[in-house]
Amino acid sequence: MSAPHDGTTVALAEHKSQTESRLERVSRSMTNALIPVVGAFIIGGLLLAVLGRNPFAFYGNVIDHGLIGSLGRQETLIRMAPLLLIAAGLMIAFPAGIWNLGTDGQYVMGGVIVAALGPELAPHVSGFVLFTILFIAGFVVAAIWSLIPAILKAWYGINEIISTLMLTFIGLRFSAFLVKEYFYDRETTVPQTRVLAVADRLPRMFSSRVHIGLIVGLVAVIAVHFVMRNTAFGLRLRIVGMNPKAAIHAGMNMKVLTLAIFTLSAGFAGLAAAVNISGVDGVVRAEWNPAVGLLVVPLVFLARFHAASVIVFIAAFAVFKVGGESASRKADIPNFMVLFMVGLLLIFMALGEYMQLRSSRKHQS
Amino acid sequence: MVLASEITPTVELIGITKAYPGVVANSDIHLTLLPGEVHSLLGENGAGKSTLIGILSGMVQPDAGEIRINGKTVRIHSPRDALERGIGTVYQHSLLVPTLTVLDNLLLGVDQGWKLGREMAMARLHELATLLDVEIDPSSIVGDLALGQRQQVEIVRALWRGEGVLILDEPTSMLTPQGAEKLVQVVRRLVSKGLAVVFITHKLSEALDLGDRVTVLRRGKIVGEVTPDELHNKSRLQVTDEVLKMIFGEKSDASQGTSATQLSDTAGETFRVDHVSVKGDGPHPVLDEVSFALKRGEILGIAGIDGNGQKELAEVLAGQRRVDNGEIILEDLSIQHLSIAARQAKGLRYVTDDRHGEGMVGPLSIALNVVLKRVGEAPFWRWSFVRHGAIREFARKLINDHDVRTPHEEVAISTLSGGNMQKVILARELALAPQVVVYNKPTYGLDARTTAIVLARIADQARAGVTTVFISTELSEIVAICHRVAVMYRGQLSEPISVRPGIELQLGALMTGSTAV
Repeated sequence: MSAPHDGTTVALAEHKSQTESRLERVSRSMTNALIPVVGAFIIGGLLLAVLGRNPFAFYGNVIDHGLIGSLGRQETLIRMAPLLLIAAGLMIAFPAGIWNLGTDGQYVMGGVIVAALGPELAPHVSGFVLFTILFIAGFVVAAIWSLIPAILKAWYGINEIISTLMLTFIGLRFSAFLVKEYFYDRETTVPQTRVLAVADRLPRMFSSRVHIGLIVGLVAVIAVHFVMRNTAFGLRLRIVGMNPKAAIHAGMNMKVLTLAIFTLSAGFAGLAAAVNISGVDGVVRAEWNPAVGLLVVPLVFLARFHAASVIVFIAAFAVFKVGGESASRKADIPNFMVLFMVGLLLIFMALGEYMQLRSSRKHQS
Repeated sequence: MVLASEITPTVELIGITKAYPGVVANSDIHLTLLPGEVHSLLGENGAGKSTLIGILSGMVQPDAGEIRINGKTVRIHSPRDALERGIGTVYQHSLLVPTLTVLDNLLLGVDQGWKLGREMAMARLHELATLLDVEIDPSSIVGDLALGQRQQVEIVRALWRGEGVLILDEPTSMLTPQGAEKLVQVVRRLVSKGLAVVFITHKLSEALDLGDRVTVLRRGKIVGEVTPDELHNKSRLQVTDEVLKMIFGEKSDASQGTSATQLSDTAGETFRVDHVSVKGDGPHPVLDEVSFALKRGEILGIAGIDGNGQKELAEVLAGQRRVDNGEIILEDLSIQHLSIAARQAKGLRYVTDDRHGEGMVGPLSIALNVVLKRVGEAPFWRWSFVRHGAIREFARKLINDHDVRTPHEEVAISTLSGGNMQKVILARELALAPQVVVYNKPTYGLDARTTAIVLARIADQARAGVTTVFISTELSEIVAICHRVAVMYRGQLSEPISVRPGIELQLGALMTGSTAV
């Protein structure tokens, strides 16, 4: 598997950018992103039709329950918060050529500690201080968890695709063990942590259920975008991603940079968990596995690491996830329809990438 | 003179010419390959050997000239065609797939993989193994074989479709002495069975040991031949001397006027390399007790044929490769344990020869590439924030000063031509005020005019007090600007000697591992 920041595509993209206006560039990247979405909808619609369901009614329900309805819209905004934070982490790792596919494990590890810590701290500190401590805890625990693949990569050159994916399984089992053995609430019959009281959760906005985690997520995505494009640190990471040998030749400290990429990327996944637990869940059950991280991966690629696109795609994904759940129930089909659509999206993305590469090659010759 | 007319030559090249844009790679080449004869082909890098092999093996079509095989005029259309006609080539770099078995490797490219095909292949393998007098287990995985055995499989592959001519391109370069000895036996046996063998090498002693006839190429032309009679009758010393003159030219053709200036006697020693060794993967060290000391402003040339440890030496000096033993001293300070960045901060710069691989980041602009080694530094970054204006202004100045041909500085560097890329990389390193610069083949791929400019700049910098290690395969460049020169051969560096006119022959002898001169 090649590095996510594919040299040729980027070269062509950056080369093209010299002859295009900003408007043309934006419209082109929007078209590039929309074609796979439309393709996925058409094929998904055909499948629905084959199953005897009305695709228009299904998609209509998706929009209705995910975007138009007030309850659905609030749920969509709430779901976006952790997704945005995971995306912020991936926007660091992928341009730097590191395939962090272990965000699910990092999320759960951070979440377990936050869930255990929250109810213990709440009686002593409150409000801003409590959330700051929980956010930092989630970030740091996930970052420490990612040191395993980071060190394996930086010192022994071990492929992080395998190690991060595998560590997710270990992280899930380990967090279940922690809940069952140490963090469980003795007053309940199911193995789970104590519940963070609703009064101690993240403040809500606009007299809705939407908590301030959404703001944290939006700020994180925009900040990462800015850092990657405008700071020396961001440029170093991109150089490592584009040509690691050049980074070494230029005297960059690859070990330190690799550790930084892993810990920052994982830290945002841990922060995502902290936000969701202190904002919505308030509790972690043993065997808890929300498995949201891998779903963010294609979205971040589709957005080409650009903050505005990342936000748009995550919003669209959340609409589809929330709306799709009730639309599936209404149409009496499994909830997996949403995952199926994400799969289609990926295939169309890959196809789009291939077509683009081919046309630009023809262009050159 | 041997009466060649009595025997039909296996292959005859008559007046072969091949030109590439800007260079005539082969000019009116006449070459005769006789059955039962090992024909050694000698010449510097770029003398035209590769093109000649390419023409024989069907990879390159000549612009003019005639090829005769067994007396009949033919055209060799493709590598496959060459193999069908019994001309097989064993290249320097293995073509075998290491994860497959010997037999599967031999069946690759053969259309049939059926059972019958495999049985016939087993028979053919047995036949060729008998011809070579070697044992080859068809079921062993190629990656598990020793390099010498792998090469035997390569030879079998080359002769698979017919045994006429075997071309060996630098066949001993990766072999142990024992492996090389076995190769000599195999080659001797093949010629005794009537094959013609072409033996291409940089090592003079091997060419004379194994060859029945020696032909020397220089700048695309055949500049001399040693016949079997001469090889027998003349003393080894005499032949060596003659061949060296053919390879490197009779007289110095390098007085390009940039000649190094006199070093002042008061200049102090500033850079010292003391018994530096680096272990290799094989039995031989990559660097073997390399030592030299340089005064401020001195240019030391390091000559040698590619692959004798020059790149490793450069990387060791820059900090990109670990030293197993020895010391590197810059201004009385031991630096062999310092990181690349720390050495750069001390004023040690390295101009790599691998411009695509590590010298630049292709998708980034020229502007960002000129500050690649200064990311985060003022004035290009302030409080870690990029200042595009300052970077672009700096890049525009360098582009102007070094005559880089580009529409503007925001172009991705990968879109430039090789020569212009090299100008950007040189500009980047020369823009800093370095103490010591290590150049690895800095003029590679540049045209004559740009080469002269680059050499002049290096000499100018040295006059301003920059100490320079100048690695090159071009003797003329070394003679033009260096104060002293040493030769790398198999990881060892010879004692540096002062550059004087006509030194090329002496260097040539050292480069080819021959002690005679």
